[in-house]
Amino acid sequence: MKPGLALLGLLLAVAVAAPLLGTVDPLALSPIMRLRPPGGEFWFGTDPLGRDLYSRVLYGARVSLFVGFSVALLSTAAGLAIGLVSGFVRAADAVLMRIMDGLMAIPPILLAIALMALTRASIGNVILAITIAEVPRVTRLVRSVVLGLREQPFVEAARAAGTPGWRILVRHILPNTVPPLIVQATYICASAIIIEAILSFLGAGTPPNIPSWGNIIAEGRSLFQVAPYLVIVPSVFLSLTVLAVNLVGDGLRDALDPRLARGL
Amino acid sequence: MGVVAVVVFALLHLSPGDPAAVIAGDNATLEEVEKVRERLGLNRPLLSQFGSWLAAILQGDLGVSIYNDQPVGEMILQRIEPTLALALCTLAVALAAAIPMGILAAWKAGTWIDRLVMGFAVLGFSFPVFVIGYGMIYFLSLKLELLPVQGYASIREGLGEFLPHMVMPSLALGWVLTALFARMTRTSMLEVLSQDYIRTAHAKGLSSARVLFGHALKNAGVPIVTTVGIGVALLIGGVVVTETVFAIPGVGLLTVDAILRRDYPVIQGVVLVFSAVYVLINLAVDLSYTLLDPRIRY
Repeated sequence: MKPGLALLGLLLAVAVAAPLLGTVDPLALSPIMRLRPPGGEFWFGTDPLGRDLYSRVLYGARVSLFVGFSVALLSTAAGLAIGLVSGFVRAADAVLMRIMDGLMAIPPILLAIALMALTRASIGNVILAITIAEVPRVTRLVRSVVLGLREQPFVEAARAAGTPGWRILVRHILPNTVPPLIVQATYICASAIIIEAILSFLGAGTPPNIPSWGNIIAEGRSLFQVAPYLVIVPSVFLSLTVLAVNLVGDGLRDALDPRLARGL
Repeated sequence: MGVVAVVVFALLHLSPGDPAAVIAGDNATLEEVEKVRERLGLNRPLLSQFGSWLAAILQGDLGVSIYNDQPVGEMILQRIEPTLALALCTLAVALAAAIPMGILAAWKAGTWIDRLVMGFAVLGFSFPVFVIGYGMIYFLSLKLELLPVQGYASIREGLGEFLPHMVMPSLALGWVLTALFARMTRTSMLEVLSQDYIRTAHAKGLSSARVLFGHALKNAGVPIVTTVGIGVALLIGGVVVTETVFAIPGVGLLTVDAILRRDYPVIQGVVLVFSAVYVLINLAVDLSYTLLDPRIRY
């Protein structure tokens, strides 16, 4: 977990401090400087429009991390709310879970593609589309935890003592869903970063004028044989970021779930 | 399946904004937007739209492409062969690599072999398919010139043409599936290996291989097969990307072209067909439990 945290911290710092790290405007065109190989004045080289790849990749970290964290936050919040209601209120369960089943039947990337194809490209819409694709899985997880807890003696005791239903939900059941949710949120963050890159790569994601890693790779695609660095540099950053988030997730899982940590 | 149809329909009709305006594009005039609306029947009441759409789907009619007026079902059928070939090769590669890896990791749990396999699994989850794809193209095609860079050759042109074109795409796409399956095989095997009957099998003098494959793997089968069902979702999503990277003219590339042209009937049709495949495969997975574990009955 420690190398993951360190790597993630470094990437976050780079994303936040991008303007201070010797970058130029990631959108600045300079046709004379086009397709310079990495080295010298341009650390990572320049693209066919003469834009500095180093600056673009650093600013791209902002997009990926912002999308990853936003989706993780939004989808766990929405999944938590729906899952709690669905696990606790029998009448709502059937309807809510049928809707979730319907969403789950569509592979997440495909669902996000379909949603993006319908709306105008913007970062907000990308976040929304990936969130909708991820919510059913969170809902399932929360619901299963709630169903397990609902029949526990301490819930029964609370009910016998006259505690209202919403209070049982918030005070007794909600805290128990937090550890698995935190782990799930980390994995969602990793998968959201990948899906954002895939959507942008396919031309259905972040608007092309914003330098996200998926967009940079998509633009470099046609020149891969001439200037492979245009694809390789953002790919390395993307993979390292996802790797860092996954390592943190594995660490959290081992720390929060003692059963798994014992070597299972 | 009915729920899926409703969801796919709702995607077009309940999403924010005016789909007709989006499809017509940013520079469309009001008349053009109206024309698109007319053509897609978007000006009729919602229920009547849903009714006629569902009736058409049930007769196997997925609508007509806005771009070239070709029936969507026909377009998908024309492109299905490369996609199917890619998916099957990938699944075969992933299973062939992952199950031995998972078994080995569980058998040697806690040793460097175990850590190696688990380390590989984390890497597998972290590298997006296009990153692996381009990495392989760079080293295997451009540097070493071992394999063709891109493209597809039908199996009808002979294995000598087909296989070289399939190696990199199925490895690139198989990577994440291998990680997923290997992890699940290991967990499931570990659970089984701690059971009493495994100790008994060892005690009565059976060879390790016999215990592993005859007793343990068979009982670890149900979770592994379940994971394969889940993996199909990754496979379907990955096919779209892999086909783009390697320029394979399959359903995935059709989807990407449809996105770029905002050809909504095609996108809707592809999502529906892929989802149907996914649901059917998971149904088959559920039914296969009775074969793997006779205690399960429906």
